[in-house]
Amino acid sequence: MYKLLLCWRYLRTRWIALASVISVTLGVATMIVVNAVMAGFAHEMQTRIHGILSDIVFESHSLSGFQDPNWHMEEIKRSGGNLIEGMTPMVAVPAMLNFQVRGQWVTRQVMFIGIDEATHARVSDFGRYLQHPLNRQQLSFGLREGGYDTVDSQADAPGSTRPALEGAGWPYRRMRVERERLWRERLESQSDTTPAGAGAAESPSQPTRSVNDQVEAVLSATAAPEAAVAPPLDESTPAATKKDPFRTARPEEGRVMDLAQEQFTGVVPGIGLASFRDNTGVDRFLVLPGDDVKITFPTAGTPPKAVSDTFTVVDFYESKMSEYDSNFVFVPIDQLQRMRGMIDPQTGIPSVNSIQIKVTPGTNLNELRDRLRKAFPAELYLISSWRDKQGPLLMAVDMEMAVLNILLFLIIAVAGFGILAIFFMIVVEKTRDIGILKSLGASSSGIAGIFLGYGLFLGLVGAGAGLALGLAITLNINTIRAAVEWCTGQRVFDPSIYYFFKIPTIVNPLTISWIIAGAVGIAVLASVLPALRAARLHPVEALRHD
Amino acid sequence: MTDIGPGNASGVPPLLSVRQLRKSYRSGSGVLEVLRGVDFDLNHSGFVAVVGQSGSGKSTLLHLMGLLDEPDAGEVHIAGIRVDNLPAVRRDKLRNTDIGMVFQSYHLLPEFNALENVLAPLMVRYSVYEWMRMKKVAHSQARALLERFGLGQRLHHKPRQLSGGEMQRVAIARALISQPRVLLADEPTGNLDEASGTGILDTLCELNRQDGLSIVLVTHDASIARRADRIVRLVAGHVEIL
Repeated sequence: MYKLLLCWRYLRTRWIALASVISVTLGVATMIVVNAVMAGFAHEMQTRIHGILSDIVFESHSLSGFQDPNWHMEEIKRSGGNLIEGMTPMVAVPAMLNFQVRGQWVTRQVMFIGIDEATHARVSDFGRYLQHPLNRQQLSFGLREGGYDTVDSQADAPGSTRPALEGAGWPYRRMRVERERLWRERLESQSDTTPAGAGAAESPSQPTRSVNDQVEAVLSATAAPEAAVAPPLDESTPAATKKDPFRTARPEEGRVMDLAQEQFTGVVPGIGLASFRDNTGVDRFLVLPGDDVKITFPTAGTPPKAVSDTFTVVDFYESKMSEYDSNFVFVPIDQLQRMRGMIDPQTGIPSVNSIQIKVTPGTNLNELRDRLRKAFPAELYLISSWRDKQGPLLMAVDMEMAVLNILLFLIIAVAGFGILAIFFMIVVEKTRDIGILKSLGASSSGIAGIFLGYGLFLGLVGAGAGLALGLAITLNINTIRAAVEWCTGQRVFDPSIYYFFKIPTIVNPLTISWIIAGAVGIAVLASVLPALRAARLHPVEALRHD
Repeated sequence: MTDIGPGNASGVPPLLSVRQLRKSYRSGSGVLEVLRGVDFDLNHSGFVAVVGQSGSGKSTLLHLMGLLDEPDAGEVHIAGIRVDNLPAVRRDKLRNTDIGMVFQSYHLLPEFNALENVLAPLMVRYSVYEWMRMKKVAHSQARALLERFGLGQRLHHKPRQLSGGEMQRVAIARALISQPRVLLADEPTGNLDEASGTGILDTLCELNRQDGLSIVLVTHDASIARRADRIVRLVAGHVEIL
C-alpha cells in the first residue's frame, strides 16, 4: 500500500522528475504526428495510385495486344466468378504529345491510353479526377460548352486557383479560331499593301485594337454562333457535329473542317502535361480545353510505324500523382484502335493490350491474381494487382515510415536516460526515507517496487500528455500550418510542390497504442537501475545518510 | 559477563537476548571491531538502558537487535527463537510486527503527515486490497495513539510543521501502532531540549509501567539512563553491568 501512496506523493512533490518526462511527452507527440501525417500521405498516395489502376491489371506483353477483348473478359469472368465486379478494355502505347505555345512547339513524352468511355469509370476512380463536373458524372470526349472548374475540386480550400479555365471549351475555341483567322487576314492584307517605312510605326497599334474589338464581338456573339460567325460551308455538318463529334472527328478527304464548330478526336491529358503551378498556388496553363494538339504514336504492325494525328483537348485529368498527371493522355479506345490498325479488317474484331478488372469489395487480390495467372499462360499475359504495379513505391514509403519511427523512438530512448539520471538523484535524495521504510519492515523488493511504480507513473503521465499533445497537433495541423505561414510569411507546405492543399492525416489507434506502450516501457526500463540501487541500500547506512 | 535475568531462572526464555555478538566495520585499510562478544538479555516488560561513550557500539547493538544489520558472529533470539539467520523476508516481517524503533533524528517520512507516518508500518504490512478493508480500524488506532500523546490537533501536519518533541512522539506512536513486543529507542531525546526530552522519557516510562512494553533505550546520558530498571554499559565492545 505504501508503494502506491509514496509513488503518488513523489509524483506530486517532485517536479524535476516531471521535467524529465517532458522529453517523453515531446517524443510521443512527435511520433504520433509524424505517423499520422505519413499514414495520411501514404493513404492519399495509394488512393491516387489505385485511382488510375484498377484492382487487377491483365496485360499483354506486346504493344499489338491480344485479339477479342470480349472473349478474354468472358474467360476472366469464368475463372474469377463473382469476385469480379467490372472490367474494361484498354489500349496503352507510348507516344509523343506536341502542342504549340506562343508559336513554339512543345513536345512531351506520354503514355497514350485508349479507354472505353462507358465502362472505364466503373472500374477505376478515373472520373473523379476530371475538371468538368459533367465529365465527372459521365465521361465524354466531346468538348464542353464551358463550365470547367476554376477551383480545384479535390481541395477543400475555397478560392480560384485556375482562373485560366474560365471560358475554356467551345467559347475559347471559337475565340481562338476567330483570332487566328483575323491575324491571318491581317498578315495577308499587310503583304498585299507592302507597308511604307513611315506607316510601320503606326501600324501595330491600329490593327491590334481592331483585332481586340473583333474578338470581343466574337465572344459576345458566341451564344448564336451560326448567325455571327462566317457562314458554314456545309449546311448539314454543324448540327451533326454538335450531336456526335466523333462522326466528324476525321473529316472526309478534301473537306475543310470548320474549327470553330468542329473538334478533332477528344483527348484528356494529365494536367501536369498542360500546366504548371506557380508559387502562389495558381495553375498556369499552356494548353486549354478547346486547343488542338498533335500526337505521334506507333501503329500495331510489325515493325511499328509512327503515325501522327491531331486531337482536341476536352478536359484534364488530375490524380495529384505527378507520375500520372504528367504522363498520361486518354483517348477513346475505338479511335485509337482504328488509328493504330488494331481492328481486324475482315472480322471487325478489335485488339486491346490490357483489361482492367475491378473486384468486389473484400476480395483477396493476391488470391484472385494467382487464380487468373493459373488460367492464362504467363508467356502471353502479365497479370498483376495494383500493389504489384506500384510495389517499389509503396515499399519505399513503408521503409521511410519504419526508419522515421526508429529514429523517433531513439529520441524517447534518449529521454529514458534522462529519467535514469534523475531517478538516481531521487534515490540518493530519498536514501534516508528508504532506510526508514526498511526499518519499518519494508522488503527490498517493496522498495524497488516504489521506484518501478514511480517510473511507470511518470511514463504514463508523459505518454498521456504526449498523446494529448500529439492528437491536438494532428487534428489541427492545417490550422497550425496556416498560423506558421502567417507568422513567418513563408510557405510551409508549398502546393506547387505537393499538390495537396491541406496536410492529410490518419490517426491509427494501433500505432498509437504501440507508441504509448513503447514510451511507458522505456520509462519503466529506465527506472530499473535506480530501483535496484534503492533496493540494495543497506538500511543502517541509509538511516545514517544526511 | 552473561546477564542472567529472572526470566531465565523461571524457565521462560527472555524476550530478547543476544549471545556473543560480534560486529566489525572496515574503515579504510583497517578493520574496526565495534562489538567483541556482547551478551545481553531483555526480559518481558523490562526497561534496559544501554549507555556508553560515542563509538562504543550502542547503536550497532541496537541495529543488530532490530535486525537492521547482520552480526559477524553470535546470535539474536526473540522469545527463544533465533532470528539473526532467518531469510531477509522473514526478518523484514519480524521488524514490521515485533519490533518498534525510535531514532534520535525521528526519521519520519517527509511526504507523509503525522497520521500517515503512524500508519506507515501497517501500510507496509498490508496489500492495497487488505488496506482498503482495514483502513478504518487502522485510522482509529493511529488517531487514538496520537491523541494519547497529545497530538490530536496535529494529525494532518507534515513533519516539518511539527516541533522536535512532537515529531518524536509521532515516531513513538509509529513504533507502537503494530503493537510490537519490544521498543528499541536510539537516543530518543538526543535532539530535544530538556523539557521535551523529559516529556518523551515520561512517555516511555509510562508505556513500560502501564502497558508492560519492553524497552531498550540507548543513551550516552547517565541521568536519562537512571530512569530505566537496569543499566548496561558498553565498554570497548564488551558489556559491563552496573
